[in-house]
Amino acid sequence: MTLFIEQLINGLQLGTMLFLMASGLTLVFGVMGLINLAHGSFYMVGAYATALVTAATGSFFVGLAAGIAVAAAVGALVELIVIRRLYHRPHLDQVLATFALILIFSEGTRWIFGSSPLWLNPPAMLSGSVTLPGGLRYPIYRLVIIAVGVAVAVGMYFLITRTRLGMRIRAGESDREMIGALGINIARLYTLVFAMGAALAGLAGALVGALQSVQVGMGEPVLILAFVVIVIGGIGSIKGALYGAILVGVVDTLGRVFLPGFFRQFMSPSEAAGVGSAIAAMLIYIMMAAILAFKPKGLFAANE
Amino acid sequence: MNKSNTSTLAPQPGLPTPAASWYDRKGLVQIGLLAFLLLAPLALYFLGHIYYVNLASRITLIAMAAVGLNLAIGYGGMVSFGHAAYFGLGGYVAGISAYHAFDFTPVIGWPIAIPGSDSMLVIWLAAILLCGLLALVIGAISLRTTGVYFIMITLAFAQMMYYFANSWPTYGGEDGLPIFLRNGLPWVDTNDALTFFLICFGGLVLSLAITSRIMKSRFGAALTMARLNDTRLATAGVSPYPIRLVAFVISAMITGLAGALYADLNGFVSPSMLSWHMSGELMVIVILGGVGRLYGPLAGALLFVMMETLLGGMTEYWQLFLGLVLLFVVLFAKHGVMGWLAGRERHE
Amino acid sequence: MKKLASVGLGLLMTTAMAAVQAEEVKIGMITTLSGGGSHLGVDVRDGFMLAIERSGRDDVKVLIQDDANRPDLARSLSNEFMQRDNVDILTGIIWSNLAMAVVPAAVRQGTFYLSPNAGPSDLAGRMCHENYFNVAYQNDNLHGGMGAYMREQGFERPILMAPNYPAGTDALAGFKHLYEGEVVDELYTQMGQTDYAAEIAQIRASDADSLFFFLPGGMGISFMKQWENSGVDLPVFGAAFSFDETIIQAVGSAAIGAMNTSLWAYDLDNEANHAFVEGFREAYDRMPTLYAAQGYDTANLIISALEKAHPSDQDAFREALREADFDSVRGKFRFGPNQHPIQDILVREVVEGDNGQPTNRLVGIAVEDIQDIYYEQCQM
Repeated sequence: MTLFIEQLINGLQLGTMLFLMASGLTLVFGVMGLINLAHGSFYMVGAYATALVTAATGSFFVGLAAGIAVAAAVGALVELIVIRRLYHRPHLDQVLATFALILIFSEGTRWIFGSSPLWLNPPAMLSGSVTLPGGLRYPIYRLVIIAVGVAVAVGMYFLITRTRLGMRIRAGESDREMIGALGINIARLYTLVFAMGAALAGLAGALVGALQSVQVGMGEPVLILAFVVIVIGGIGSIKGALYGAILVGVVDTLGRVFLPGFFRQFMSPSEAAGVGSAIAAMLIYIMMAAILAFKPKGLFAANE
Repeated sequence: MNKSNTSTLAPQPGLPTPAASWYDRKGLVQIGLLAFLLLAPLALYFLGHIYYVNLASRITLIAMAAVGLNLAIGYGGMVSFGHAAYFGLGGYVAGISAYHAFDFTPVIGWPIAIPGSDSMLVIWLAAILLCGLLALVIGAISLRTTGVYFIMITLAFAQMMYYFANSWPTYGGEDGLPIFLRNGLPWVDTNDALTFFLICFGGLVLSLAITSRIMKSRFGAALTMARLNDTRLATAGVSPYPIRLVAFVISAMITGLAGALYADLNGFVSPSMLSWHMSGELMVIVILGGVGRLYGPLAGALLFVMMETLLGGMTEYWQLFLGLVLLFVVLFAKHGVMGWLAGRERHE
Repeated sequence: MKKLASVGLGLLMTTAMAAVQAEEVKIGMITTLSGGGSHLGVDVRDGFMLAIERSGRDDVKVLIQDDANRPDLARSLSNEFMQRDNVDILTGIIWSNLAMAVVPAAVRQGTFYLSPNAGPSDLAGRMCHENYFNVAYQNDNLHGGMGAYMREQGFERPILMAPNYPAGTDALAGFKHLYEGEVVDELYTQMGQTDYAAEIAQIRASDADSLFFFLPGGMGISFMKQWENSGVDLPVFGAAFSFDETIIQAVGSAAIGAMNTSLWAYDLDNEANHAFVEGFREAYDRMPTLYAAQGYDTANLIISALEKAHPSDQDAFREALREADFDSVRGKFRFGPNQHPIQDILVREVVEGDNGQPTNRLVGIAVEDIQDIYYEQCQM
């Protein structure tokens, strides 16, 4: 039973991390109608900046702040130079231009920092584990990631429902022409929203980088998962991103753990691992196809 | 179809055009491209540079896979981000069949025993049929969605195949499956680099001819109309959904056949043939060459592999420059290499 | 690296234009220089090149390419080396899955392959070949050694973990072969996995008394970092692949106390090893790993055979390789009938070094003259 709960928390942690990625993606699509494959690159940029600044200053928190700032700045720059030329283009052009950005970011990073991973450790005060009610010991740092994800979700809720910026974002989502008519500087709003998405991706990259490793291409598997999340949740919907992220995180984690165990009842461990992990790896895609087959616009379709 | 009416719309590949003469600019460029691809390896073969003949085979097969994708994206307006699924499935058909032929074990033991085969003809047929079947299932579900959702769901299906191949241990999983002996054809020696190149070249010419035939037929006109204005097609009493689905299936069959040959060329098939990077690269080739241009994939594949070989020889980071070129093409040179070489399509 | 690459490119140009000089020996090295496991390839390359430089032979040309840990890329690089550059010898591959993609086809086309790292069971057994020599180990060796050691130390309920790929399944099979007892469970992870929360939870929930794992390269670092913070308190055992100097430096204090088996240790007392360790530190300003030692031995074996025959005289060169007439940094080294090594397996412990950084210290010998269990399947 504790094993199940621990895996549930693991799934929740993956889910909150996916939410950080997916919320930016879905905002950018909802407001600007842009499909951005290069979102994973901001995840990588945030992780690299955090690792480098942490190594230079010795403080993880300074590094983290730098990571978020650098990701936001890079995001704003990319929006100004490339992305804004794509808003009125077909999706095919957006996919290809942002695919090109992935190549540029990944190979550029490899060129500058080399192919070896960088190592980033969580700060000493967040390492180690605590005993949760029920006797389960769980790493503090993973709990912190969940807390950050929850804080971001709450913050986004207030930002969108209670602030002037949020009002504009909502206006942009429901009617793109109208916000221009309201005398809002659309160009600036778009840059701001895009940079905000990049900052969240950078935050996710930095947090996960300390848990795993910081290397070129680290954003791509996460990017694909984040796309699954926003498609399941309904593209453009923050609420959908939240539910989708938790659903994908939990289903993926539980599938990976319990499917091989299930097949082990009638196979050898090595075979069970093979078959079980094959099906576990496909599980979220099967879920996505099933959801789209019944709800072609996702669970919480925003506009359109 | 009233030409003066449609000519005000955006680029319209596939609309009937006055028969292209071989001696106008476009015809000359097309013949030049094919002739270059055929003659350069011939010359290099007799000079003893086997490596470059194999490189030409690679260009030919990637071009062929992109011809398939071009039918979906360029002519059908279906932005499939998952054509690696068919490319890889074709490859795995070749790999798995050869694996069982090598081991003398059946591919399927029950309910009927299907033995492995190392004959290319059998493998090609199986690859085409299976890819068609897979595309029928994927297309039937995916074509219910449009826009970004279509892009994402095709990607999701391809990822499903990728992870399945990655984790299924019987055929090597992540490690891939080596083909120890190249599959054979009656009467010819497929191990000879030139012979194999000519087989690939034949495949490419055939797929170009099929695409050209389709787009000149009534079906092609309906497909074009489904892309440009499907309401109008529906008012004419033709449902766009089956038209698109058939085009999607044919597109997958061409890409799948290219994949089967590609596995034989490399003597190896691995999940990377199914990865989303592969899907992306095929799209890049279509775009580089020019979307919806019959010979665009050929020009794109030539450019892509040449960049990979020349830039890759100079710097490990050649994909950085590929990225820059691609960005430039998408932002500023929408008509690709063919648009630049052969001029725009007449009715633009 | 840059320089080597440009030398390689220049060479390629000259071969394309002029006829190849008969006396020159060309070695193609396909190894992993980018991605998570890149330090393995870098060390093999550096150890190999150190020995080539020391030999002073300028008729040996080494062409180096990065396989990025991708089997398909390794396969096409090997075709390039054989068809375009006409290399005499291939070497360098780190990972068993890449070796399986490249080696069987290469040796059947008449090229020699000397493995400086991977040793999958198929190549030692049913698919062995007279042109294939393994200078490192058969994949089971180090794991089997640890199995024997843990049995001897009285552990009764080990839990095992390895990635789900040929070397991973070989590793656990090798461990169980010499451990000869029941194990609590076997966990298989994805290749290249970065998050081990799920596995750690399973280990925590089991009643194991010890953990044996095989996670080479970056996977081992990620796992050990997460293991340290998990609060699970079991003694940790592994093969040297998870505890080379680069990995334990990155892991830090979490690695201290871990026992691991190796075929080489930098404090192994023999003359060839002293010369190697000193030379390597001088040339590259870091401690060598066992990968560097294997690369160094591979190059020295090639040089020793070249003293006797040119690879174009295949039979004579093969015979010269079989004699293994070189000073191995392992002290003693000989080939079994399947051209895989017969060697001692050492036990090392990770301890705090003089500078406070963790380092490996030689503890003793786990198994003497270990030989793989597949040689009987090999028909040469």
